[in-house]
Amino acid sequence: MKKIFLSVVGFSLLCRLNTYSQIKPDSTVNKPALGLSAPADRHDSSAYNPRRLRIDEIDFVSSYYGQTGDHSTVTGDNPNFLGNGVFTNSVKVTDISNGLDLKLVWLNKALNKNTLSAGLGFDYHTAASQAYVSATGASKTTGTRIYPSLDWTAENAKNGSTFGIGTYYSGEYNYKSLGADAHFSVKTDNKMGEFSAKLQGYFDHVTLIYPSEFIPNTTTTTTGTTTVVTTASGSTISTSADGETIHHHANIPSSPRNTYSASFSYSQIINSRLQIMFLGDVVTQNGYLGLPFHRVFFSNGKDTIEKLPSSRFKLPVGFRANYFLGDNIILRAYYRYYADDWGIRSNTIGLEVPYKITPFFSISPFYRFYSQSASTYFAPFEAHSPTDEYYTSNYEYAKFDSQFFGIGFRVAPPNGVFGWQGLHEMEIRYGHYTQTTDLVSDVVSISLGFK
Amino acid sequence: MINRFIMALACLMLIIAASSCVHLKEYQKSRINDSEMALSNRKVEKNELNFESYREAASGANAGKTGGGCGCN
Repeated sequence: MKKIFLSVVGFSLLCRLNTYSQIKPDSTVNKPALGLSAPADRHDSSAYNPRRLRIDEIDFVSSYYGQTGDHSTVTGDNPNFLGNGVFTNSVKVTDISNGLDLKLVWLNKALNKNTLSAGLGFDYHTAASQAYVSATGASKTTGTRIYPSLDWTAENAKNGSTFGIGTYYSGEYNYKSLGADAHFSVKTDNKMGEFSAKLQGYFDHVTLIYPSEFIPNTTTTTTGTTTVVTTASGSTISTSADGETIHHHANIPSSPRNTYSASFSYSQIINSRLQIMFLGDVVTQNGYLGLPFHRVFFSNGKDTIEKLPSSRFKLPVGFRANYFLGDNIILRAYYRYYADDWGIRSNTIGLEVPYKITPFFSISPFYRFYSQSASTYFAPFEAHSPTDEYYTSNYEYAKFDSQFFGIGFRVAPPNGVFGWQGLHEMEIRYGHYTQTTDLVSDVVSISLGFK
Repeated sequence: MINRFIMALACLMLIIAASSCVHLKEYQKSRINDSEMALSNRKVEKNELNFESYREAASGANAGKTGGGCGCN
């Protein structure tokens, strides 16, 4: 009897709440936080148009990266490159990266969700080793990079499949890159699994900036009454007998590098606490795959610039598993095996353990271990034979292990970070990275998400 | 030897995972849909993935760079 009474009271309360919700003025549906157009009259719900273009999210990511080490590729790993006892092998680098991503969404006539993402990134770096592109150590050690991107994705409202295309550009003083991709994903019938594929192509150009000692000296020729001076970069200065001077600037030539990749992934929800993902890429590169200012010293003491094959095939496969342990702890595990036809094999293992202090604040310590074998084409300073077909002293291709650990913080309160409704999420992360090649670096990043 | 062990472990996990899939209703996905459970990379990790691909020979299979786009890899 008591149960029946309580049930009737509960049902009555629910009905009354519903009744109130219907007569209460609508104050939320016409409130786009960051709409492109002015919001409609908030009391006129008939004016609400869900298909209208609106800003869904704005993300800002900024990072500071600092590095030290003592195996410079520019000097060919020669610590006494100048020959006067001054240490020249520092690979001290600082890099400040800033990226902004803007996501616009709208619904088309079939009520399919369309997303347009526009990104813009800007980096500023200093690199001590860059100084020795010039044999005297006088080259500029700073540089910038700018990289805009654009991506459009359409999601089928009926089956949850998506299709999209994107384009990408990156420009820095000695390297230009233009990329394009097409991506596709489809969910399984029970929505518990999802398959994704992405085809990418990068069409890059490496500016052929050689070390100064490998550039022909300035030449002067005289034809009749005109004197022509040709500089190392190929520019000419013509001076006639009457003193008239004509400058002709030649562009530094570049060499192409193309990268084509097919990326596949399959994710599966195993149960209410566990989901996994398999990832795999097939990557092929061709063109000029070295850099023209990387020196190599042979065992006979003579130096040249690195020479690497004009093609490379990479095959990385990975696995992720995320497990919700108890009510507050999440385990995020990652493993990758990598192989390429330059003789490199590597294993990567990562574990991150977010701990939710509250539903809106979490702390995430993380650890990553990486190990790789050396490339067939790598040897350190004065270890290459002059008869080698390919050679490099770039320690990126050496045998080494690395460890990366640190901690991240994530805040996403329902009323906004610092009480600001527009800022819905903030992440701060610090990591310390060490290689067995003595390279050490630190990176600190902040991410802000606006809605 | 280590590689074989890791491959065997991965196969074992795959078999266990594939044989234990259940169908969840939407209201049972509260933990799966938690933002910390996302299988994608964190936005704040973007530049970490970049520097790793510059300093190490391996790249890819992490929804990050696979090569191209800069002069470092």
